[in-house]
Amino acid sequence: MSEPVKSRKKLSSLIYSEKARGVFAQILVTGGIAFIAWYLISNTFENLANQGIATGYSFLSLESSFGISEHMIEFTPADSYGRALMVGLLNTMKVSLLGIIFASLIGFVVGVSRMSKNWILSRIAAVYINLFRNIPVLLQLIFWYTLINNGFPSPKRALEVLPDVFLSNRGVLFPVPADHPAYFWMGVVFVIALAGVWLLRRWALARQDRTGQSFPYAWAGLALVIVSVFITYIVCGAPTEMSTPVLKGFNFKGGAKLSPEFLSLLIGLSLYTSTYIADIVRSGLQSVPKGQEEASTDLGLKPSQTLVHVVLPQASRVMIPPLTSQYLNLTKNSSLAVAVGYPDLVSLSNTTMNQTGQAIEAISIFMGVYLGLSLAISLFMNWYNKKMALVER
Amino acid sequence: MSNVAIKPPSQGGIVNWMKENLFSNKLNTVISIICIYFIVKFLVGVVDWGILNAVFAADASACKAASDGACWGIISEKYRFIIFGTYPADEQLRPLIAMVWFVGLIVCSLHRSFWKLWLIPLWVASLIGLGVLMWGGVLGLSYVENTQWGGLPLTLMLSVVGTVAAFPLGILLALGRRSELPLIRVWCVAFIELVRGVPLISVLFMASVMFPLFLPEGVTIDKLLRAQIGIILFTSAYLAEVFRGGLQAVPKGQYEAAAAMGLTYWQTMRVVVMPQALRIVIPPTVNSFISMFKDTSLVLIIGLFDLLATAKVAITDPVWRAFYIEVYIFVAAIYFVFCYSMASYANNLETELRKGEQH
Repeated sequence: MSEPVKSRKKLSSLIYSEKARGVFAQILVTGGIAFIAWYLISNTFENLANQGIATGYSFLSLESSFGISEHMIEFTPADSYGRALMVGLLNTMKVSLLGIIFASLIGFVVGVSRMSKNWILSRIAAVYINLFRNIPVLLQLIFWYTLINNGFPSPKRALEVLPDVFLSNRGVLFPVPADHPAYFWMGVVFVIALAGVWLLRRWALARQDRTGQSFPYAWAGLALVIVSVFITYIVCGAPTEMSTPVLKGFNFKGGAKLSPEFLSLLIGLSLYTSTYIADIVRSGLQSVPKGQEEASTDLGLKPSQTLVHVVLPQASRVMIPPLTSQYLNLTKNSSLAVAVGYPDLVSLSNTTMNQTGQAIEAISIFMGVYLGLSLAISLFMNWYNKKMALVER
Repeated sequence: MSNVAIKPPSQGGIVNWMKENLFSNKLNTVISIICIYFIVKFLVGVVDWGILNAVFAADASACKAASDGACWGIISEKYRFIIFGTYPADEQLRPLIAMVWFVGLIVCSLHRSFWKLWLIPLWVASLIGLGVLMWGGVLGLSYVENTQWGGLPLTLMLSVVGTVAAFPLGILLALGRRSELPLIRVWCVAFIELVRGVPLISVLFMASVMFPLFLPEGVTIDKLLRAQIGIILFTSAYLAEVFRGGLQAVPKGQYEAAAAMGLTYWQTMRVVVMPQALRIVIPPTVNSFISMFKDTSLVLIIGLFDLLATAKVAITDPVWRAFYIEVYIFVAAIYFVFCYSMASYANNLETELRKGEQH
């Protein structure tokens, strides 16, 4: 008789044991997810087989046979889908990078204005922030795009806002230096000079730690970059030939162009994101206690030194995490390019999947790219937070 | 830190106020004068364009004649299409009632005196009522296919249903992420980070293009529902992070006290932790709703007719094509009113809650 009682006891203790329940719950959830995944995947393979769509990424090497209006690397319709997606990725990076720069500049100015003691300036900044933040970014993009396309004059009546800079419904055209090997070498020297500046900074800071003598590495570095690039320019023959936009028939030839698609995307993303950055700048600067500024002034630091050595390092601890997440948001929002026809990664993936029917593969590629970017940035953030965390006793 | 701000005694009067705030020194005076000049110029321009020279009648030829004024005529002509999309004209009272009901419900839900348990059944009943009202087919209402839904009701529906349905899912994900069971934590973290790492548009593409492939043959779910599911999943990941913040803000002693009283995990969560955590997360939840409300405009990319899409269609009419600025201003104003009022509410509540904590 004792046998069944014992086993029942064991069973009931198993039911009430927290550990056993935990294991059971985990098995249940994992099993459920595995079942759903299996179900969806088997359905997908069945559907794909029925529709005669081959799976896999081999389509990437097929000829794309579509043109792309803006490409930073050579691209013709004879090139492959893989190269088309590469063009898209570069275009995404281009518009995101410029967007981040402009959004930061505007956001900084607006954020500082918002804190101004001048009532009217602070109100204007507040109106700007509320206005551009509370209208969907997609609406803003489409508005700018429609405005440039319909509101700007045709190339024949283009506005010449500056000498040789034309504004028309084809975008902005401006002169650039004509192709010459000198510019390539200037780029190379620029990168080398930057590395030199980094070494200079390390040396200067190490010396300051050792001897207390400061070295104006920022100015010296700037001079180093400018002088070395300028010398390269002279050595390579100082080319002066320019490529200027000239009206030929219905359109412009020559010069460089910012297309309406690119411009509207850049303007929309910059204005929208700048409202968030303005608030981040404001709260960052406000987070530094006033006593810090007063104390450093009393120590005899100049206002510029106070800003660089006392206020900004403390404000950046508060500002950088939300700033990075805004930069990431801007990059993700650049995928709205598909609505205005700018050939970014998502837009070209869309074209690719419409042509090949490889929806899963195309979507997985751009999701993977964005995911990788997000993970890289959050890893960087963790590293940064650890580095910047207040070292307390 | 003391919060008492010491203000120098003000002499009062508008002249003194202006001296203090606008013309306190040379630089301020210059800035103020430049700002005032541009504001006046801008306002004069806006009034001239938007009111004095504007045409309010729905008359395209009069609009074209008044070249330096706004043409609000396009709004009087198209507003029903922009707001209601292709919903049958005779039945547009139904989406109107649905919208008013839901806006009222949101306003009530955001007020403290309504934070009671019966709010949950009320929301569920309202969502069912919304379906009945919009689809019809029962109670003498004629049936309206959901491909005909559009405009502001669609925008509101996608964001409201998206947030409300994501609410319980977000809570579960947040609890899962803080769970002590490793596998559950891993799955929750994976879902949250996966969704938060990709743009909404990719989730919508998945919903519109990939999702049909996942279903067994013969089963189809229409596009609106697919987009809605995508939005719910997307929002739940963001809400999960909001709730995690709330859960982390509940002091550890509360968990320990509940455990000491012999409460189970779910009792602890329901009776002790959640009531405290949810109060903290209301402002960020409202903010998350605002971004969802703005982001629903993305559904136009996969071909649904939300408020922005109907506006885009309205200006393809060749007669009215030139007056796109007015239409976009109209739609932007609608979005602005919704977002701005909710954002101000969230801000006020946050300040209030913070004040409450300091007592």
